[in-house]
Amino acid sequence: MSIQLSKVEKHFGNYHALRDISLAVEAGELIALLGPSGSGKTSLLRIIAGLESLDSGEILFDDTNVLTLSAKQRNIGFVFQHYALFNHMTVAENIAYGLKVRTRKNRPSKQQIEEKVAELLQLVKLDHLATRYPTQLSGGQRQRVALARALAVEPKVLLLDEPFGALDAKVRKDLRRWLRNLHNDFPITSIFVTHDQEEALDVADRIVIMNEGKIEQIGTPTEVYEHPASPFVYNFLGNVNLFKGRLHQGTLQNGDFSLQLPGYEEVQIEETVGYTRPHDLLISKQKIPDTVTALVTHIHPIGAVVHLELNRIDTNEFLEVEIPQEYFRNLEITKGETVYIKPKQMKVFVEDYVI
Amino acid sequence: MKNFKKPTEESKAVQYVLIGTSVLFLSLFLLLPLAIIFTTAFQKGLDTYWASISNSEALAAIKLTLIVVAIVVPLNTLFGIISAWLISKYSFKGKNLLLTLIDLPFAVSPVISGLIFVLLFGAQGLFGTYLLEHDVYIIFALPGIVLATLFVTVPFVARELIPLMQAQGQSEEEASHSLGASGLQTFIHITLPKIKWGLLYGVILCNARVIGEFGAVSVVSGHIRGLTNTMPLHIEVLYNEYQFTAAFAVASLMTILALFTIIIKNLIQWRTKETTL
Repeated sequence: MSIQLSKVEKHFGNYHALRDISLAVEAGELIALLGPSGSGKTSLLRIIAGLESLDSGEILFDDTNVLTLSAKQRNIGFVFQHYALFNHMTVAENIAYGLKVRTRKNRPSKQQIEEKVAELLQLVKLDHLATRYPTQLSGGQRQRVALARALAVEPKVLLLDEPFGALDAKVRKDLRRWLRNLHNDFPITSIFVTHDQEEALDVADRIVIMNEGKIEQIGTPTEVYEHPASPFVYNFLGNVNLFKGRLHQGTLQNGDFSLQLPGYEEVQIEETVGYTRPHDLLISKQKIPDTVTALVTHIHPIGAVVHLELNRIDTNEFLEVEIPQEYFRNLEITKGETVYIKPKQMKVFVEDYVI
Repeated sequence: MKNFKKPTEESKAVQYVLIGTSVLFLSLFLLLPLAIIFTTAFQKGLDTYWASISNSEALAAIKLTLIVVAIVVPLNTLFGIISAWLISKYSFKGKNLLLTLIDLPFAVSPVISGLIFVLLFGAQGLFGTYLLEHDVYIIFALPGIVLATLFVTVPFVARELIPLMQAQGQSEEEASHSLGASGLQTFIHITLPKIKWGLLYGVILCNARVIGEFGAVSVVSGHIRGLTNTMPLHIEVLYNEYQFTAAFAVASLMTILALFTIIIKNLIQWRTKETTL
């Protein structure tokens, strides 16, 4: 089922939670709503679910306006951050709940319900825990029960509110791969909320980046990462180094060095910011032209990529550099050493002039 | 380290003084009176005891008390659930006013609570003439006793449930709705099991107070023997007539009821702790 939001507005008292949200989700897509806390992503999800009302705007499921439908009537599956399992019911009873509360006419037979529960338990790999109570399960297991419970009613839309937010890193990663696979096997239109960039980039078909109740950018993980539409998106998706300075005739003047920025020849701004990812910084032990001198203050050498923290001598600003492990070994950089830095790539956001 | 003392731990001497004071206080003000009730009740032997609690007036008082319990406890339970539901699930104008009103009976002296009903429904009261003309008797009759008790015991169930339901939040209810359950199904299958121990606790407290309510009932009942005397009123009448053994016999009956209530209450508290762990 496709979902169409247009011009959704929501206030909580004086707080403007959602501003002019328009979004089209295609059938079978897996969408991430990504943003810092307070950006309105959970409110938006709850409005789609029918758990929250909206002030104005429209929501269509396929071509049906669902605004007048309650959560009960929208045929959605909702997974809560803190699971919201029914603690007085066993795992199997939790999963069967959505089928058991149906009216007699639509209710599957007892045997059909049992079969469905068994099937779902197998899907979430919890067959052996059917008779346990939620309090006897680990966080990851609880979240899988919550997913099975939501899937039991065969929803047309699956909505997940920070589904892995309360889990530890390892379990999180496993579950997120599992969700990706599940979505490949059963392509239900799904929207999940997260504040974890990595999670969104890793799992989603498309990412909706939200900030202060507005949508900043919508795009595939590659699009939003490679071509961020705003400084906020650039900052929010991954680490970034800032170079404040004056942009004049295609040259950014920053501290001790000036940097050629092809494509910005026509622009002149007194104060602007250049953005460079840590892996787009060139690092050298020999002085080469157009570089800036920095001191190595910290080395984090674990993994395939080595993270270096530097302190610029000219402006005393902090810089982050990421280089491959092998390159790091060849360079033989040690803490406290002086190195020379130059951005390989830089992005400048000029109003109505984004390249 | 053997001599290590946690910062929150008191020295032995302080511990003994505190324990000693509590034990002394409890013995003096709780255990001693309890002992006196039972010794006085059985002072003149089992036969007298039996006679005191099985004569027609005593039986009428017991029966009246039980009738009041049967009417008031369910009504206040219902009201408690509804008001707690309202307050914990919705935000609306006048919510604080409602909370204050629920607390009002705790703040007002029971005697005044009784007087309110006399002023409303008594012969000289606001609706007095109208009621007299239509042969409706509220004051000095069962309806008055029920009304006064109802008023005094309003807060018990509601006060127990409101903080509980507020703390529990409503994500389970939302989950239930999203799975297609109706409001009533959600209440029966999800909310009620979540609040059942708190609810039972509130009902027990309410029940204890209904049985024991004296002030408000005393004002509206008229102390008609064998007719409008509840157990506490019956005890007072007997006591005023110097029938100490009989008074204490009925009192011992109420004490046993109270002790049972406390035991059940503690069982529930223990049970609740276990389920929330």
